[in-house]
Amino acid sequence: MAEPRKVSFKINGAVREGTTEPRKLLVDFIRDDLGLTGTHIGCEHGICGACTILFNGEAARSCLMLAVQADGAEITTVEGLAAPDGTLHPLQQAFWEHHALQCGFCTPGMLMAACDLLRVNPSPTEEEIRTGLSAVLCRCTGYQGIVDAVKAAADRMRSSN
Amino acid sequence: MKPPPFEYHDPKTVDETLAILGRYGGEARLLAGGQSLMALLNFRLASPAALVDLNPVPELSYIREEGGQLRFGAMTRQRQIEFSPLVASRLPLMIEATRMVGHLPTRTRGTIGGSIAHADPAAEYPALVTALDGEMVLRSASGTRVVKPADFFKGFFTTAIAPGEMLVEVRIPVTPAHSGWAFEEFSRRHGDFAIVEIVTMLTVDNGRCTRARVAASGVGGAPVRLRPVEEILERDGVGERAIGEASARAAELVDPTSDLHASADYRRHLTRVLTRRALTRAALQVRGNN
Repeated sequence: MAEPRKVSFKINGAVREGTTEPRKLLVDFIRDDLGLTGTHIGCEHGICGACTILFNGEAARSCLMLAVQADGAEITTVEGLAAPDGTLHPLQQAFWEHHALQCGFCTPGMLMAACDLLRVNPSPTEEEIRTGLSAVLCRCTGYQGIVDAVKAAADRMRSSN
Repeated sequence: MKPPPFEYHDPKTVDETLAILGRYGGEARLLAGGQSLMALLNFRLASPAALVDLNPVPELSYIREEGGQLRFGAMTRQRQIEFSPLVASRLPLMIEATRMVGHLPTRTRGTIGGSIAHADPAAEYPALVTALDGEMVLRSASGTRVVKPADFFKGFFTTAIAPGEMLVEVRIPVTPAHSGWAFEEFSRRHGDFAIVEIVTMLTVDNGRCTRARVAASGVGGAPVRLRPVEEILERDGVGERAIGEASARAAELVDPTSDLHASADYRRHLTRVLTRRALTRAALQVRGNN
C-alpha cells in the first residue's frame, strides 16, 4: 500500500486538510472525509456527471480525480452555491421555480455544470443549454424543466449584472 | 476504495518523469487528464504498479506556433485548446473537433496528449492529426523521436509509444490559405464517442483543388487517411459530382468491423454519408474564403 499523503485545499471558501491514500477519489474524500455529501456519486466513470464540482472555477468530474491531485486547489461544491445567509443561487432558485428536479440525484451535478456553462456563455440558446447539459444525465425529468430553469437563471443573472 | 493500490508519483519535470518510468520498466502508467485512465482504474480494468501524475509538470502545457505548425504540449487541456485565440485563428478545424470531445466538464481536465496516447479508435484528436498529417514527439531517456500518425496509431488503444517513453508534444500544420474544412461525426448522444467520423481540409487555388485531406475514424482500430479519395478531389475538383464519387470511394476503402454500437455495413454507410457532408461543407466554405 502506498504511503498516505497530506492534502489541503480550499472548499467552499474554507481550507480543509486531511490525510489520504493516493488512490482515494476526490469525490470520496469530499463526501467521506469532509462530510460534504451534496456531491453525489453515480456511475464512477465520468459518464453521468452527478459528481461534477467546480475545480479552480471550472466544472470537472470529481470521480475522475484523485484527492491528492486537489492539493492546493480551490473547489466549489453544491453546498457552496447559496449565499451564507441561505439565499439561493439564481440557478437553485430557478430549479425550484421550474420544477427542474424530481428525485434530485443529478441535481448537484446539473447545478455545477450549469454554473460553468453560464460563466462561459452568459446568453446561451436553448440548443447551447441542451448541449451543455448533456454533460449530466437525468433519468426523471426529461430535461425540459432543467432547460427552462437554466434559461430563466441566465436571464436573471444577466439582468442583475 | 475503487482503484486498486498503486504507488503514486508527482514529478515536476519531464526528466524526473522519465527517470521514474525507467525504474518501473513498463509497469507504471502516466496519468494525464484522467478522463479515460481514472475510469479504467475505478473499474479495476487497469492495475499499474505505479501512477506517474503529469499534472504537476508545467513544461508540458503550452500552445505555440512554430515552423508552420501549432505545437501543443502533451498536457495542454482540451478546454485550453477550445478557448485558445491562437488555435481559433490558425486552425479553426481543431476548435470544431475539440467541441466534440466529451463535454465541457471533461475537457476541463482532459488533455490532447492523453487523448492521443489513449488511442481510442473513435476519438477526435487521433482523427484530426491523421487527416492533417501531424506529428507526435516522443521522449525517452535515450532521446527524442518524431512519429507520423500512420506509424503512431497501431490499432485499438495501441500506439508506437515504447516502455520508458512518453508523448511530450503534438504538432499539427496550420491551415493553408484558400482552405475549407469540416469535422463530421455521428454519435447517438452529444459527447459520446462517435460511431464514425470524417475529417477533411480542402485547399482550392484558382478553381483547382491543390490539396485534399480526408481521414476516417471509427472504421477500424486506428484512424485512416483516405489517400485515393483525396486523389479524386485533387484530380476532379470539389464539385458535386467529384464529391459524390469521392464519398462512394471512401465507403469502399474502409474496412470496419461490427460491434455493440453499429454493424460494419452501417459504419460503411455512415462513411459515405459523412464524407459527402464533410466535403460539401468544406467546399462551400472554401468558395466563401476565396
